[in-house]
Amino acid sequence: MAVMLEQVFQVDKGAYETAGEASMTIKRTLKRLGIDASILRQLSVASYEVELNLVIHSLGGTLTLTVDPDKITLISKDVGPGIPDIDKAMTEGYSTASEEARSLGFGAGMGLPNMKRNATTFDIVSEVGVGTCITMTFALH
Amino acid sequence: MALEKRFHSVRLEKDKCRACTNCLKRCPTEAIRVRGGRAHIIDDRCIDCGECIRVCEYHAKVAITDPLSSIARFKYKIALPAPSMYGQFKNIRSISQVLSGLKLMGFDEVFEVARGADVVTRAIREKLRQPDLPRPLISTACPAIVRLIQVRFPDLIDHLVDIRQPMEVAALIAKREFARKHQVDESEIGCFFITPCPAKVTAIRNPIGHESSAVDGAISVLEIYGLLSSHTRRAETDESLITASAWGVGWASSGGEANAVCPDNALAVDGIENVIRVLEEIENDKLDLEFFEGNACTGGCVGGPLNFENNYVARNIIRKLIDRGNGRYPDEKVDVSLLTKYPLYNRLPILPNSAMKLDDDLVEAMRKMEKIEEIFKKLPGYDCGSCGSPTCHTFAEDIVQGFAREMDCIHIMKEQLRIMAQQMVSLAETSRE
Repeated sequence: MAVMLEQVFQVDKGAYETAGEASMTIKRTLKRLGIDASILRQLSVASYEVELNLVIHSLGGTLTLTVDPDKITLISKDVGPGIPDIDKAMTEGYSTASEEARSLGFGAGMGLPNMKRNATTFDIVSEVGVGTCITMTFALH
Repeated sequence: MALEKRFHSVRLEKDKCRACTNCLKRCPTEAIRVRGGRAHIIDDRCIDCGECIRVCEYHAKVAITDPLSSIARFKYKIALPAPSMYGQFKNIRSISQVLSGLKLMGFDEVFEVARGADVVTRAIREKLRQPDLPRPLISTACPAIVRLIQVRFPDLIDHLVDIRQPMEVAALIAKREFARKHQVDESEIGCFFITPCPAKVTAIRNPIGHESSAVDGAISVLEIYGLLSSHTRRAETDESLITASAWGVGWASSGGEANAVCPDNALAVDGIENVIRVLEEIENDKLDLEFFEGNACTGGCVGGPLNFENNYVARNIIRKLIDRGNGRYPDEKVDVSLLTKYPLYNRLPILPNSAMKLDDDLVEAMRKMEKIEEIFKKLPGYDCGSCGSPTCHTFAEDIVQGFAREMDCIHIMKEQLRIMAQQMVSLAETSRE
């Protein structure tokens, strides 16, 4: 069986005080694995953005890191509320962040575009009332 | 682990070590383990920041520097005082007293490292005009931070400015000027940095970004403090000796460099734990900055472990001296032609340090990581350090790497003993019947 490493992080809605902890642990793991610096940087940015999205926009969810010898996969899965218009959400500068999030300096509308820019493949599926699933992969070779 | 033993200024004096866990817990690169009743420093990981020297209550952690007598190796001797050194003397009216004092100690010439800082300021400002360089540019003035980035933030290496440190630049200029003025060969001149900092000592022996250092030795401030202090009291003030600008001298404290280089959009952070936190944010692309200055020591170089004076006091003394000093900004003071006259730029790439890597082979590293997480779940999570590793997680890593055994954890051991005791009791009870 192929070797695979998986780590799952629970990310709570509105948990600003612990926001960034999951991506910090992810970075730490990847550095221990000796992942190449340029990929590490892309993963840092993407994992932080996706984690913050869970905190700011979702009703809570999980972040799953999977490492296999060819690629790193980052999956964010939440339990709602879902995105009504994905194309609009993907537009740079567009944000639906709350007053609270904005007052904390978030909500620049760069989260999803930044993820897409940094990942090798980027996929987003969302259904209003059900939830959003973002899958990003980062090729290692 | 590297085959070649690296030079480190920071060392352990075995006999003084009591195997407490103070240094263990404070090391920012998890480079210390306590084994067999004393601390050990893992060479590959140590960045010579000196945190352990500061926290060791038994003075078992020391910095290796050159003795003052070592200047006799050279026919001509030049002292390179760190700007933070000016803050060590409570009763001086002018920086020139420190400079004259050094001459009275046997140096033929004194060249201010602050003047090197003026040149580096100008060079970094030119770099900041290049839009294609990554932002923020990160200062390389603090060698402990450069090494920290090599060990813990390899993905930020391309942000480091590729300019030599003020100390190096000062030595380059000092030698050439002295040689020309006195018609002597540069090889006869020795440049000695008066250092507040063990990381600088290591940077001289093991330069980062260039093959060899222009500095010939490093003498700690503490070693010459008493002698120099009495000389400064007797020394006349002679303002013509001061060649550095107030901006260059300002590099002594945290923020001085950032303020000189990019007053509009720079951030200066001091204290290695704080620097780590901000580097995490830079890694996440969360800071809109042109320039970042990080200092391992609290307060910047004035907080160096080899200084005499408290860093807040020193910073204040320097602030007062600067007010009376030369206010000319490096841009007008340092001619741009100087930037090509001397080899100011790095010739070698700065490479990541792989000491934190679990294995060179990714698949093997993944297997080890899995085992680490498995073992980690069984550990109590107290991070007490009794096993000799700084945290439960590093302990799990050490077990997997073959440097520790599970029974080194006193809590696991206690649990085992409890189970054994229970078994013995029940065994005794059954045999009595």
